[in-house]
Amino acid sequence: MRHVEGENLRMKNYKEDFPLLKNTDLAYLDNAATAQRPAVVLDAVQDFYLRSNANPLRGLYDLAVDATERYEAARERVRGFINAEKTEEIIFTRNTTESINLVAYSYGLTNLKPGDEILITIAEHHSNMLPWQMVARQTGATLKYLDCEPDGSYPSERIAQAVTPNTKLAAIGHVSNVLGCVNPVEEVIEQVHANGGVVLVDAAQSAPHMPVDVRALDADFLAFSGHKLFGPMGIGVLYGKEHLLNEMPPFLSGGEMISYVRRDGAVYAELPHKFEAGTVNAADAVGLSAAIDYMEEIGWPVIQKREEALTKYAFEGMTAVPGVHILGSADYRQHHGIISFTLDGVHPHDIAAILADDKIAVRAGHHCAQPLLAHLGVRSSARVSLAFYNTEEDVDRLLGSLKTIRRKMGLGE
Amino acid sequence: MANNTFYNEILTDHNLHPYHKERLSDANLVLEGINPSCGDDIILQLKVEDGVIVDGTFEGDGCAISQASVDIMLDMVVGRTKEEALRIAELFHKMIEGSAGEEEIEELEEAGALRDISHMPARVKCAVLGWNTMKEMLEKV
Repeated sequence: MRHVEGENLRMKNYKEDFPLLKNTDLAYLDNAATAQRPAVVLDAVQDFYLRSNANPLRGLYDLAVDATERYEAARERVRGFINAEKTEEIIFTRNTTESINLVAYSYGLTNLKPGDEILITIAEHHSNMLPWQMVARQTGATLKYLDCEPDGSYPSERIAQAVTPNTKLAAIGHVSNVLGCVNPVEEVIEQVHANGGVVLVDAAQSAPHMPVDVRALDADFLAFSGHKLFGPMGIGVLYGKEHLLNEMPPFLSGGEMISYVRRDGAVYAELPHKFEAGTVNAADAVGLSAAIDYMEEIGWPVIQKREEALTKYAFEGMTAVPGVHILGSADYRQHHGIISFTLDGVHPHDIAAILADDKIAVRAGHHCAQPLLAHLGVRSSARVSLAFYNTEEDVDRLLGSLKTIRRKMGLGE
Repeated sequence: MANNTFYNEILTDHNLHPYHKERLSDANLVLEGINPSCGDDIILQLKVEDGVIVDGTFEGDGCAISQASVDIMLDMVVGRTKEEALRIAELFHKMIEGSAGEEEIEELEEAGALRDISHMPARVKCAVLGWNTMKEMLEKV
């Protein structure tokens, strides 16, 4: 047993902090798709527009200075959240997908050439797969896949074999959005670095559930979205090591990202503005900053402990339902709130439709990871994904409804 | 909500015991229909002679709605002319849009079991997959 700070908060009903959850009887179990936002986030976004709305980084009047300060304070907040060394290493984007595309187009197309290898895992979300397929096609580099075991793990020998002196770039998800397992990011980073390559970490599914430290990982690039982290939609983050970002050409060009422009060219702005062309999404950056404040106030020990307890409860209950098969590890501790499953004889869409009718929100389909499902021999699955604000009652409703599905579909108990 | 009753016996029966789910070795029209977002994937196979659909089957997989809908459709169109099949497909679309009258729904026989789809926008594409695939095949002939 370890001592957990804020243990007394465990009994708190966190749904009280989330207006949507407070006003619905929906059991929201689709948190890996997008989380809900607490009132403090909604208020922060509104407050930006009410009190500080001006185009940041431009005007000389007080309002614009205030807008700029709040936007840049949000950047500093994100820096601290992932323990980056410098604030300039934090680029605001729309979401994880845009962050990864930025690296693919700017770093990938510039630095890769025929004979080079890009290494990704078979478990990547399409957003960390399609950009690299594009880079491979356009540069002539080879895209290599690291295959996982059925439980989502990667044997060390397989990693050692997959990384070669030609591996110029690896892109790996920190936590699988289908299996919930933590991938061997440190091991991949160490081996790719030993071979002179760089590594991008897709932290979309890890940042909301566990501390992410870019310096401890020694990640070269790291991407995540605000909306899965209880922040607004439309704000995402790309972290990049300063020397890499400095050498990269801009991804998008236009306003806000230049130092000066002449008829025959331009000198680009310094980091991070070089990568933030056009008017920025300052209000949602401020909202993301408020989400980070909110999470840190609750604290990782409480968030992680609650999520682990809920995962255990759901995992054990689901395992006991006849016909349910859970994808990935048989150990609930490897799932981090994500439980993808199939039910014998019932298509996942029918599972989700019947659950929806009982006011339970889950995802069904291929979860933007078709190659992984094909690798696992599953066409599609349903997915339950938990957040710290979910309750045992949410899980009870899920389990109760799950038990009725086979009968409703004419399959007997 | 009507959803619990939505998976009615007609639907679950066509899903669990499809009459037409097999390979049609002498098909002269074959087309794959896919719902990319949800993964319903069928291969519709028709044998059309002198403008009449004399046989039809499907293979593939998908949710109960997609599977039952295509099986019911084949029940209804086999033996009919191409034009009649297209007319029934048109009626089916009207029903799914919620604009078909009671008489028209009656004409759709078992396919009428899918009428509540008109209140379930997320499942429309499942229900119409087979019908759209057939329409595309027949309109090309």
